[in-house]
Amino acid sequence: MEQPAYRNPLRTGAVRPTELLPWLAAALGFFLFPDYLQLGSQILIMVLFAMSLDLILGYAGIVSLGHAALFGTGAYTAGILSAHLGWSEPLSGLVIAGLVAGVVGFVCGAVILYTRGLTLLMLTLAVTILLQELANEQEHWTGGDDGLQGVVMEPLLGLFEFDLYGQTAYLYALAVLFVVFVAARTIVGSSFGQSLRGIRENERRMHAIGCPVYRQMLRAYTIAAVMAGIAGALLAQTTEFVALDVLSFERSGDVMIMLILGGTGRLYGAFIGAPVYMILQDQLARLSPEYWLFGIGALLVATILYAPEGMLGLAERYGVRARREAP
Amino acid sequence: MINSFISIAFDGLAFAMILFIISVGLSVTMGLMGFVNLAHGMFAMLGGYIAVSLIREWGAPFLLGAPLACVAVALISIVLERTLYRRLYGADELQQVLLTIGLVFMGIAVCTFIWGPLNVQLDVPPYLKGQVDLGFRRFPTYRTFIMLISFAVVIGLWYGFERTLLGAKVRAAVDNQRMAETVGINIRRLFTLTFALGSALAALGGALGTEILGLTPTYALEYLVYFLIVVAVGGLGSLRGAFLAALILGVVDTAGKYYLPAFGAFFIFAVTIVLLLWRPQGFYAR
Repeated sequence: MEQPAYRNPLRTGAVRPTELLPWLAAALGFFLFPDYLQLGSQILIMVLFAMSLDLILGYAGIVSLGHAALFGTGAYTAGILSAHLGWSEPLSGLVIAGLVAGVVGFVCGAVILYTRGLTLLMLTLAVTILLQELANEQEHWTGGDDGLQGVVMEPLLGLFEFDLYGQTAYLYALAVLFVVFVAARTIVGSSFGQSLRGIRENERRMHAIGCPVYRQMLRAYTIAAVMAGIAGALLAQTTEFVALDVLSFERSGDVMIMLILGGTGRLYGAFIGAPVYMILQDQLARLSPEYWLFGIGALLVATILYAPEGMLGLAERYGVRARREAP
Repeated sequence: MINSFISIAFDGLAFAMILFIISVGLSVTMGLMGFVNLAHGMFAMLGGYIAVSLIREWGAPFLLGAPLACVAVALISIVLERTLYRRLYGADELQQVLLTIGLVFMGIAVCTFIWGPLNVQLDVPPYLKGQVDLGFRRFPTYRTFIMLISFAVVIGLWYGFERTLLGAKVRAAVDNQRMAETVGINIRRLFTLTFALGSALAALGGALGTEILGLTPTYALEYLVYFLIVVAVGGLGSLRGAFLAALILGVVDTAGKYYLPAFGAFFIFAVTIVLLLWRPQGFYAR
């Protein structure tokens, strides 16, 4: 068969030089801010979480206010494995947590992805709050309101202890993020990723040309669930604690805001949005929580009105203009 | 047993009525413009706070302070609608969700700044305190008053919706916007009007309901989910649907919290999921 002359740049496997920037920044962060490594690993975890949301929101166009359900499932799975079942090997715990979250995501997705719009929004929201109530009620397993205590981690690969400064935690989170990112980038560039974009742009047309819309969406939702579960498990393992708020509606909202600030549908939005959001939060909330809340609200309104594509979209727009104006 | 049953039904009903008053405006505006307005709870919260300030600090009588708060909130909502909401009509729901969530955050920050983070309550005048004897049983006067007001609102809304020209226009626009525009209905103006009216009703519910829902700056997020459930389960733009949904939600939530407090809000969300899966477009879908 003849190859089409046009090649979609998103499908080429070539790595652009700018793609190295976030990884360089993350590596530099390790050496430049040794006192902030705990915040750093939390940022990396939220990048991973936001990236998983990007897969369903930015690519498949599924608006979910319940992504924390999957994050929380992963966190509690990893936490309970260690605290109650004595399974404290981090890597296998991570894999198990991802799988459990994937199963939960598959089951939820299979039920809710038949709906659209407000109904879908409400269902994702209701599932999250339901899980949170359940976690609150099952105190024996989850520690309820006080959080799950007694999570301990064995040394990573049997070699690296989780230290007090969070050096191991930071590098562990960075390595996991990198592996998952490579997987996500491959998925997004595949024909499956293309069909997701098609569904986002025009669901009916995709249906008409024979794309199994529901099945593709469910597949994307399940993959995103695994990623979110891994992010949650990372949080549980690196902090050795699980608080009830991993399942909260607020966390779903936070991650969505991070993604929107950075820009959806380009995977790298998460790498901009999550650090900006979390560093601002860290600095402004120290002044006063009201300043922070007002600031993030105003930032969100301004983003939606003036830069609906997020910071990366803004950068791209001006980048293209600059290139065009250059002789 | 019977006594607790009656008081649960009574409290559930009072809660349901407040939910209905607050949510009905959201339902109509969502049905009319398809605008997912997550800031609706903020209007209810503002109504409560403004009423509290008018009555406590300006010494306005209760029966004047509450309506004035509604007017104030209606004006605020018109300004927001003209400046911000209008830009996103027809945009995808994600942008609407995020814009209004941003507004909610700003609203929470402003309210915390002005009224502080602690719970505030509306000062109830002496003639609404205590209990009232309804023949077979004594009920708290204030909640009975809430119910009377609510029934008046329900009847007024029904009349306005079904029997006036404005109501006919709104119904026409909800059913088929293009057709309504074709026959000369000014959709934009109609929407501004219903939006202001819905916000005023939310403010009324917010002001009257402080005794049941409490009033803290996080109110706008805390109860948002309840209002959205009423709208989604009832069906967008449906008065009857919103009423039925509020009734179910209010009673189930009150009963659940009374009989099985450990489960908290578990029941209403379980019920919501079941109802939405049974009827994805709500009870009375267009």
